[in-house]
Amino acid sequence: MTVLSIKDLNVTFSTEGGRLHALKDVSFDVPERRIVGVVGESGCGKSTLINAILGLLADNGRVDAGSITFEGEDLTRLGPARMQELRGQRISTVFQDPMGALNPVLSVGRQMRNIQYRSGRSRSEKDARSEAMLRQVRIPDAQAALARYPHEFSGGMRQRVAIAMALMMRPALLIADEPTTALDATLEVATIELLRELQQDIACSVLFISHHLGVIAELCDDVVVMYAGEVVERGTTRQVFHTPRHPYARRLLECDPARQSGRTRHLPTIPGEIPDLRQRPPGCVFATRCDQRVDACDKVPPDVAVETGHVARCVLAEAR
Amino acid sequence: MVIVSVAMLILFCMIYLIPGDPAAVALGPRATDAMREGLRIKMGLDKPVWVQFWNFFFAAWQGDLGRDVLSDRLVATVVMEQLPYTLALIFGGISWSVALGIPLGCWAAVERGTMADRIVGVLSVAVIAVPSFVVAIYALLIFAVALRWLPAIGAGEPGDIGDQLVHLILPSLAVGLGWVGYIARMVRASMLEVLESQHIRTARAFGLPERMITYRYALTIAILPTVTLLGVGIGQMLSSAVFAEIVFARPGVGKLVYDAILTRNYPLVTGAVLVTTILFVLLNLLADLIVGALDPRVRSRL
Repeated sequence: MTVLSIKDLNVTFSTEGGRLHALKDVSFDVPERRIVGVVGESGCGKSTLINAILGLLADNGRVDAGSITFEGEDLTRLGPARMQELRGQRISTVFQDPMGALNPVLSVGRQMRNIQYRSGRSRSEKDARSEAMLRQVRIPDAQAALARYPHEFSGGMRQRVAIAMALMMRPALLIADEPTTALDATLEVATIELLRELQQDIACSVLFISHHLGVIAELCDDVVVMYAGEVVERGTTRQVFHTPRHPYARRLLECDPARQSGRTRHLPTIPGEIPDLRQRPPGCVFATRCDQRVDACDKVPPDVAVETGHVARCVLAEAR
Repeated sequence: MVIVSVAMLILFCMIYLIPGDPAAVALGPRATDAMREGLRIKMGLDKPVWVQFWNFFFAAWQGDLGRDVLSDRLVATVVMEQLPYTLALIFGGISWSVALGIPLGCWAAVERGTMADRIVGVLSVAVIAVPSFVVAIYALLIFAVALRWLPAIGAGEPGDIGDQLVHLILPSLAVGLGWVGYIARMVRASMLEVLESQHIRTARAFGLPERMITYRYALTIAILPTVTLLGVGIGQMLSSAVFAEIVFARPGVGKLVYDAILTRNYPLVTGAVLVTTILFVLLNLLADLIVGALDPRVRSRL
């Protein structure tokens, strides 16, 4: 069973310099109870992807083609009222910045109660539920915490409160948008463990967005590698990390500081920059930075299934 | 305390620099030189200027603002009699500006870029630009003289709250109308800023209804700068209250000061202005306390 299935999704934004093609032919699945990681540099379309799923694209953005199927419904065709019903209830989100993600003038308890506004429970039932949820994310003295305001919590606690809020309604899909990037290393590990524990408890799927390869390798079952608004490679974490088939994925893994053996003075980088998304190259989007470029790269590259579930968008990738 | 003391010093200097002899005014044209000299000694005007200030300063802190030169009543009593009228006028003005300005600004922010937004924008600038005495005169002409909906002058029957409120409508509109524009613009700007923030995006991602997001999540933050602005704006409202009180022939501190200046009734001028200054400081403090009550971040810093 797949919870979320994205097929040939295309998202564009109208800008002063022309239409910006932010997502191009994005396809991947999030199976039930699996954690799918999305990696890529900044500007590769991770945030656009989240906003497209949530139906919260900016006013100048729109889904041009493709579908986002969630529990049998195509989210790109749903009206705003139905979308709002799904958000926070069936699809929930944890955002990157725990400092700014909570409302500063409402108490934590009030915000958690508001999230349950659709549940039809009584006020005391809602508060009991909030308290249980806070306890589950290991907030000490959960009952007193309900009366406190976000600025009274530390960064790590705030992120756990945000996770508690996101999982409040036991969603089928949790989108985690770089939830650990703003935290320091020890907190990062603790938060990852907490997320995994909660995911198993609630039995939800997770779409985990990060640029931290170590975290992805640690936590995720599947990986989607994005570059310039395209999915260049996807497969299980093992497939992608052990036998990357797209040159970009390979280079990205080589650049991970954690993978450097021995001491080195120079961290490898990928030369060049992401192309201007208003004028996409006609062929492969990575061609300008690729060290294995061939003539065929001037044409639109095919999605090659190298193994079951392992797909790379590159002419050089071959099925084994 | 410091602000009030500094204000007293400035006030005293200004009064001292105004030409004219209060004793002469008090006694009228037919008084003899000896009578004038006698009154000057009684009022302390023969002493050096710093002694005059010192006496005034000390007496004022003890609540003694001197006596009204014309009626010989205590200045404090005279001012306190008029104060409720001015307070009512200012709170009426604030009510108008808040009741119209906040919804308009909020609406303009939510409907950003639409015709409604533009109309609110133009109207805001228009009402800011019109001086309050012009508003007062036209409000009087239209609603009291031409349409006869509302009374033209006075403050209403003493003791009859309903009648007093009806008499308050037009003068307070004159005081508050310009502030409708300020507040609408201020609320619009801060709403737009707040609606862009990360926590509003989170609230949307949690599927909260747009109404709840606008009014509970965004507006509660967006009105904070407006409350601070209103605290400062009370000073400006006090000055427009003078015009409103004159145009509508209402009793009040503004009218009192105006009459006292015309008759060189210095103790009354200083007393009334001093009370107004204290009022301004207190209302500013009140605004800060309201911000503290609305914003837990400010509260925890206190």
